[in-house]
Amino acid sequence: MDITTDTQKPAPSPAPQPTAPRDKRTARGASRPGDRIFVGLSRGSGILVLVIMAAIAAFLTYRAWLAISEDEANFFTSFEWNPTGSPPEFGIAVLAYGTIVSSVIAMAIAVPVSVGIALFITHYAPRKLGGLIGYVIDLLAAVPSIVYGLWGALVLVPHLNGLYGWLDTYLGWTGIFEWNGGAGRSLLTVGILLAIMILPIITNVSREVFRQVPRMHEEAALALGATRWEVIRMSVIPFGRSGVISASMLGLGRALGETMAVAMVLSPTFDISASLLDPGGGTFAQNIASKFNEATQMGRDALIASGLVLFVITLLVNGGARMIIARRKEYSGANA
Amino acid sequence: MAKRIDVSGLNAYYGSFLAIEDISMTVEPRSVTAFIGPSGCGKSTFLRTLNRMHEVTPGGRVDGKVMLDDENLYGAGIDPVAVRREVGMVFQRPNPFPTMSVYDNVAAGLRLNGKYKKSEMDGIVEKSLRGANLWNEVKDRLNKPGSGLSGGQQQRLCIARAIAVEPNVLLMDEPCSALDPISTLAIEDLIGELKERFTIVIVTHNMQQAARVSDRTAFFNLAAVGQPGKLIEIDETERIFSNPSVQATEDYISGRFG
Repeated sequence: MDITTDTQKPAPSPAPQPTAPRDKRTARGASRPGDRIFVGLSRGSGILVLVIMAAIAAFLTYRAWLAISEDEANFFTSFEWNPTGSPPEFGIAVLAYGTIVSSVIAMAIAVPVSVGIALFITHYAPRKLGGLIGYVIDLLAAVPSIVYGLWGALVLVPHLNGLYGWLDTYLGWTGIFEWNGGAGRSLLTVGILLAIMILPIITNVSREVFRQVPRMHEEAALALGATRWEVIRMSVIPFGRSGVISASMLGLGRALGETMAVAMVLSPTFDISASLLDPGGGTFAQNIASKFNEATQMGRDALIASGLVLFVITLLVNGGARMIIARRKEYSGANA
Repeated sequence: MAKRIDVSGLNAYYGSFLAIEDISMTVEPRSVTAFIGPSGCGKSTFLRTLNRMHEVTPGGRVDGKVMLDDENLYGAGIDPVAVRREVGMVFQRPNPFPTMSVYDNVAAGLRLNGKYKKSEMDGIVEKSLRGANLWNEVKDRLNKPGSGLSGGQQQRLCIARAIAVEPNVLLMDEPCSALDPISTLAIEDLIGELKERFTIVIVTHNMQQAARVSDRTAFFNLAAVGQPGKLIEIDETERIFSNPSVQATEDYISGRFG
């Protein structure tokens, strides 16, 4: 407002008067009908998002509370899932473990591979080849998850025996990779399948970020005598870091919530085994999908309670990612 | 340290387009040579052939000879990366690495070349920043991001980064065109000091600047748009601006075209 008073100088008076009300209105631009409609529309859209979010949270919390207040076991630590028994006993420990472990495996595989593909497309491949690979990755993103599930169950599971045997031979001593020869319907297989499913989204977003690295930053490194890899390390990756984190979070969100593909590959059990290679385990989304149809009212509320936990985990993950990005904000490429 | 550049019969292409044709000249060590000429005459392109940055552009290619003392930069088996460590460059727009601190920006080139002890590195960083007349302004914020400095300070930071690796030649591509007059003056003073240690080549659109900072001036021109740029003449700066031997140079300098 001060600036408006200074520049407009409405009348040559000894002391600057406060801006006239009419000027104030035009400065805000709210007097024109087009502006008013647009402001209303965009504000309405913003509010709508909040309302939807609040409605989902309220629904989940209410139904979850109905179930949890009946729960005789510890909701967070129990390995039981028997909400219709008397007394009802159920807990999310197995589901939380399965969801987090399979997503972590998926991220550990998908993020490095995706960043590698994105760098190859943008900085190494000849333009035509890069375009072709980008197109194929886009196609991968368009494959429905049920198809991934079919492929996972019919192709991936039977073909993983070699990998499982290798892991058992060389890393079996850790206990995490011990294999007793069972079918590969395990959390590791789910993680591998999820990695393939989230690869396209992480690759696509990373590729766009790497493509936007200003030419002058790359030339700065080149002119210092940097090799191609050093240019990528000095200019491209630091510039793209926050974008890659965002991309990974998009992928993680999908991995946490993936339902059909997991349900088709995993043979669900309600226990946690030390080895990632043992068949069994479960995830939130898979458990809800496979139990919801036959569940009673109480069973549904219990499933909704587990859904609430997944919702909270997703929120925490996103919040964490935002904090990581914000922490290095002043060093980000954005203020160059 | 400073080396002589001897260019002969140099052509540079973008794809099939011949951008500069048949350039031959000598750049003396420990002196400032300015390139002037109208836009599109190829002076920046020529500058970028001197540290093999031209071929980084897709389709960019060069033939001819550039001798740095007795080494042909375009000879067989010469690694362009090694050339760029020997011939430093400062760009038109200040381009410090935005994700690095002031200190790390200066140290960036050294870290590419090898391992240094912390104390050695501190010494070189300070010496380079002093060399770029920036030390007093940034000594209290060496760990702040380089992109937080003003435009003129950023450009001097880029100069510090370039001289930290002790190149033999320093190329400057319109280093002041994005800066205000005060920052420009600071850089021009700096160029005067740097020529004691380096061979300096500067491209500029500002003829007063060429007259102020350079010992020798080369005038580039092109016959028409789409034609290759050519070196018209190179001579003592004083002669170019008072009594050039080619009519086109005099027309350009006196503002009759370009």
